Amino acid sequence: MATIDVPEQVSVLADAEALRKACKGWGTDEKAIISVLGHRNAVQRKQIRLAYEDLYQEDLIKRLESELSGDFEKAVYRWILDPADRDAVLANVAIKKLSPDHHVIVEISCTRSPEEHLAVRRAYQARFKHSLEEDVAAHTKGDTRKACHRKLLQPPYSIDITTSNRGGQSDSGGLRSSRHRKEVKGCRSLVPEMLSDDQLLVALVSAFRYDGEEINTRVANSEAKILHEAVKDKEFNHEEIIRILSTRSKMQLMATFNRYRDDHGTTITKNLEGDSGDEFLKTLRTTIRCLNDPKKYFEKVLRNSIRRVGTDEDALTRVIVTRAEKDLKDIKELYYKRNSVPLDQAVAKDTAGDYKALLLTLLGKED
Amino acid sequence: IGVDEKSLISILTNSNEEHKRSLWKGSSKLFIEDENGFERWDQSSIKILKHQFNRFRDAVVLSLLHPWERDARLIEKAIRKGPKHYNVIVEMACTRSSDQLLGARKAYHSLFHHSIEEHLVTHIKGRERKLLVALVSAYRYEGPGVNEDVAKSEAQILYEAINNGDKNKLLDHEDAIMILATRSKQHLQALYRHYNQSYDKTLAQDLEGEGILKDTVECLCTPQTYFTRVLEAAVKEDADEESKRALTRVIVTQKEQLVKEGFVPNKIQDILLGLYKDFMLASIASGDVK
Repeated sequence: MATIDVPEQVSVLADAEALRKACKGWGTDEKAIISVLGHRNAVQRKQIRLAYEDLYQEDLIKRLESELSGDFEKAVYRWILDPADRDAVLANVAIKKLSPDHHVIVEISCTRSPEEHLAVRRAYQARFKHSLEEDVAAHTKGDTRKACHRKLLQPPYSIDITTSNRGGQSDSGGLRSSRHRKEVKGCRSLVPEMLSDDQLLVALVSAFRYDGEEINTRVANSEAKILHEAVKDKEFNHEEIIRILSTRSKMQLMATFNRYRDDHGTTITKNLEGDSGDEFLKTLRTTIRCLNDPKKYFEKVLRNSIRRVGTDEDALTRVIVTRAEKDLKDIKELYYKRNSVPLDQAVAKDTAGDYKALLLTLLGKED
Repeated sequence: IGVDEKSLISILTNSNEEHKRSLWKGSSKLFIEDENGFERWDQSSIKILKHQFNRFRDAVVLSLLHPWERDARLIEKAIRKGPKHYNVIVEMACTRSSDQLLGARKAYHSLFHHSIEEHLVTHIKGRERKLLVALVSAYRYEGPGVNEDVAKSEAQILYEAINNGDKNKLLDHEDAIMILATRSKQHLQALYRHYNQSYDKTLAQDLEGEGILKDTVECLCTPQTYFTRVLEAAVKEDADEESKRALTRVIVTQKEQLVKEGFVPNKIQDILLGLYKDFMLASIASGDVK
């Protein structure tokens, strides 16, 4: 269930005016911004933006970007966007990072409904002039390359990776330069799991799952076996795992995970714990968690983001903003059960100022 | 191809006992003398006749269906029928617009209660699987703007994959598959040009004999070449049934494109018969009307 508190009657014109007033003149009235936007759903926020544009010939988002700053600004920006557009922005941020945030990509691909995920792909194209899968394919390879470098520099692999390329062509050393490719080619035989990580991500991002309720128990049985074999022997037959996780419907996958649990006494995620080892394993764990029990997954992300020395504001903002209109209420309950502290309290302790005020509003706290 | 219904009607309704008897005795290709005292119809001839009559029906049905359902059904059939038909899957995935392919995927959900990807992985165990799943999952960007440098370097990647690597392993080549399955068509067409310029042969030529890989490249970069090839195979003297079915499929689904490409209806006129011919020619003609 959603946590945001939306009033019965809403006038988007009045809202647009209120926001204008909050931004005019010296300084900004952040409280006013929070009290309006923090209590509007996605449809209303969109209408407010249109009304504002109509009235003042200005993009509300651009105005807010210029008036606000820091974590607060980031949070407002993400909150005010359409859900699909927001996910596209989050995905792009995750991809473009120096060390791409694979788990964010997985999160977006696996916790949205098939239709929502499609909307994200469309929004991504509109905004970034590339398809989501293109960018994931191109940029996660860069990550593989860096990881390969690290691996190659450790014994027993200390290969000289600066060998000159043949052909004498000038080599920019870019993502797809021949030197890079030689290195990656060499890497791939050394670290096949990194190759599979790219594949898994692209497959997840491209999926358009069947949305129905039907379950085939025979398939659940056989695929639970396949997953168990992989987990048990740590011989990850990547092809099969990628196939199962990226093509099956969510209901079918839940049946498979349940079957796994029934057959082996523990959940598959428990069996995958332990070695933080390689990229593929990490991505795999996130994938299964997101598909199996998204609320539990989000509770964990929140818990980790708060617990750390120095809060992970990006993660905190992302979860609260993307789930406030969905199931943040249930996630709050899970949080309380797990940590014996209400989420509101934990967030209040760990954040400050307008950023804190916005988060608490989205969490449903009464003004 | 097809049946000249008018002539057939006039022959059959006007023939008398005498005429029929000479027909049975005289046409040894159609009728075989049976030991029980009558002239039996040759099984394979019946089959041919059925195919010919069904062509018109198939053309009508294909035209009536919503394009999404039509494509979904064509894909499902191709998956069931096996490796010789995988080019149909490639055709559906690569010659439709991004939104049309998406529509076909949605239709597939409704009709078959599974995603196309699911069925592909369930029924196809061979090495083509990876490429087919990737192609069918694509939602390609369709806007302008191509990074020529990237297109050129990706052309090089493909060149090396084809010429330096194990040609048998092409279908497993990760980079190649990702390039073909995720890049926009504009980008791939630029890549095709760079390939031609850099290596003095076309990518399609280099993929000669590589089955669906070649089909993929043609459908994405030079679709008119692909369709012309399919249509010519269909109207050849010794074309098999599958090739002929392709005729219906291509004309019905591609009529606008065919007219644009200036495909010559005369060729079809000579070979087709009866209602089927009328339908096909009208289909192409209507593609003219915009």
